[in-house]
Amino acid sequence: MQLVCPAGNLPSLKAAVENGANAVYMGFRDDTNARHFAGLNFDDRRAQQGIRYAHDRGVKVFAAINTYPQPSGWSRWQNSVDHAADLGIDALILADIGVMDYACSRWPDLRLHLSVQGSATSAEAIRYYHDNFGIQRVVLPRVLSLKQVRQVAQGSPVPVEVFGFGSLCVMVEGRCLLSSYVTGRSPNTFGACSPADSVCWNETPSGLETRLNNVLIERYAQGQTAGYPTLCKGRFNVGGHTYYAIEEPTSLNTLDLLPELQSVGVAAIKIEGRQRSPAYVAQVTKVWRAAIDRCRQSPDGFKPESSWMKELEKVSEGSQTTLGAYHRPWQ
Amino acid sequence: MNRKNPQSNTFRPRLSLGPILYYWPADVVFRFYECIAQSQVDIVYLGETVCSKRRALKPDAWLQLAEMLVQAGKQVVLSTMTLLEASSEVSAMRKICSNDQYLVEANDMAAVQMMSGKRHFVTGPAVNIYNSRTLSVLAASGLKRWTLPVELSNQTLVSLHQDRPDGVETEVFVFGRLPLAYSARCFTARAHNLPKDDCQFRCLDYPDGLMLRTREDESFLVLNGIQTQSARTQNLIGEIDTFIDFQVDVLRISPQSKFTEQVIDTFHARITGDITSDDAANRLKKYTLSGECDGYWHGQPGMEVVGSCATGKDNARDCA
Repeated sequence: MQLVCPAGNLPSLKAAVENGANAVYMGFRDDTNARHFAGLNFDDRRAQQGIRYAHDRGVKVFAAINTYPQPSGWSRWQNSVDHAADLGIDALILADIGVMDYACSRWPDLRLHLSVQGSATSAEAIRYYHDNFGIQRVVLPRVLSLKQVRQVAQGSPVPVEVFGFGSLCVMVEGRCLLSSYVTGRSPNTFGACSPADSVCWNETPSGLETRLNNVLIERYAQGQTAGYPTLCKGRFNVGGHTYYAIEEPTSLNTLDLLPELQSVGVAAIKIEGRQRSPAYVAQVTKVWRAAIDRCRQSPDGFKPESSWMKELEKVSEGSQTTLGAYHRPWQ
Repeated sequence: MNRKNPQSNTFRPRLSLGPILYYWPADVVFRFYECIAQSQVDIVYLGETVCSKRRALKPDAWLQLAEMLVQAGKQVVLSTMTLLEASSEVSAMRKICSNDQYLVEANDMAAVQMMSGKRHFVTGPAVNIYNSRTLSVLAASGLKRWTLPVELSNQTLVSLHQDRPDGVETEVFVFGRLPLAYSARCFTARAHNLPKDDCQFRCLDYPDGLMLRTREDESFLVLNGIQTQSARTQNLIGEIDTFIDFQVDVLRISPQSKFTEQVIDTFHARITGDITSDDAANRLKKYTLSGECDGYWHGQPGMEVVGSCATGKDNARDCA
């Protein structure tokens, strides 16, 4: 199993490479990728430096161009594809059918991966992208149980990559519009969920409130740790009860499942977090490198070390982790 | 603004009724479609698109309804599930796609793949067609009609129509709570502290979904099993002239447990020019369940009220 790590900037890319990533993924500084955050991502010079740094050390670099262009912005996506190809990127991670069609006709030798944003949850859906655009890998949405991952991996015409660790999307990726319903911008259209400039923090007599375009997402009592108001992770009222009606602020951590993921034929583990710090990338990459190596040597007796779990919990959202949809009771 | 009388134009959009997104008992579903058979809709989408555990109607029962609607002069389209996870769901989708009688609405790329190059198909709002190149690729595969993804604006539609492939029709979701997201998790079961595998079919208790409010008691979202919808009803009744200008072929109304026929009547009367835009807007206010919105169509956040469906409800709160 390969380890694919996030590179939000050059220091993170180096941290991933130094700590044992087999590949890193990055984006350009615009809405063509799904981590379109201020101050993040690569301009031309940094991209060249990063690719050289990784390639000199035998590490692959993937470019995420995984949002959905509308006619008014089409040229940006086309330019990003051309730019990535010119830079000598090892694979493009794409979601949009039109972009894929362009990439495979303009750059027939360039390797294509179907992004998690492509929302393919079955072998049949994957086959569409394989038959039409020759994709060579698919990243599966975080909605499948372990049994379902096995079925998809067995039926898929291409190897599958799954998320191992990081922030958890509760909704199937590529088809979640909650963010644009509230702010006008979604991962699909803008490359960000619950974008920062729609966020407002207010100290009030009833506590610290976080709002997204004025909609109250969370209210913290004194002493509670405040988190970023991702709108599906707030507390709301349903049937007279106030609770995390959609999901708690928590991170995905599948370290426990590593032997199973290996045995079902998962080709690569993806770590989420291009928006996180180089220290996060270094820490998470290091733990996962050790775990994957251990699991390969002795899958039967594999058990995550408690020190690994502790390190991962420290960098998790809300300092808690879940197996997410892989584990049926979560659903 | 160029406001033509709809009657003065020979082009007239047809009306469709989307699939029932909620879980209703079989007898309710049958009674509902008996009324729909007498209504002014031209096209009816049939089938379960949200949760495969909802099996009040067996496939044969759906086909029986389809036949009844065809006899009433409706075009019937069979809809596939939006989020496929279990292999049984894939099998059910495959069966629908290989039926030799009815057009099929693909709600996921697996269904597109099943029909690609083999037969004509329709795509629902959860199939991501955001640009002309995507539309062309799918048209070459057999796409006959596509539904504008609900988060896209009239400007994007206009641009897409500049390069619309010949023979491809366009449909717009004009009335109903917006389908916004799908998950592996069942939020209705979660609200009852039940696991999804033992949900006890709680969706049956919520014929229009389960309301989720903010802690300021604002109706925000609606939980419908694994689907999340807007609490507000998207209502584009004020845009009929624009739809005619843009040559939008089909306007989709999403079923709700009450007033669906009245909503259909109102849209029909507006399309034929029998009532004014204001009259139609006023009528529809009585038929929406928890407020209206039309922001997406106008390039704004989906929950906003921008056009003539404006309810006057001011949602803005100072964030000082």
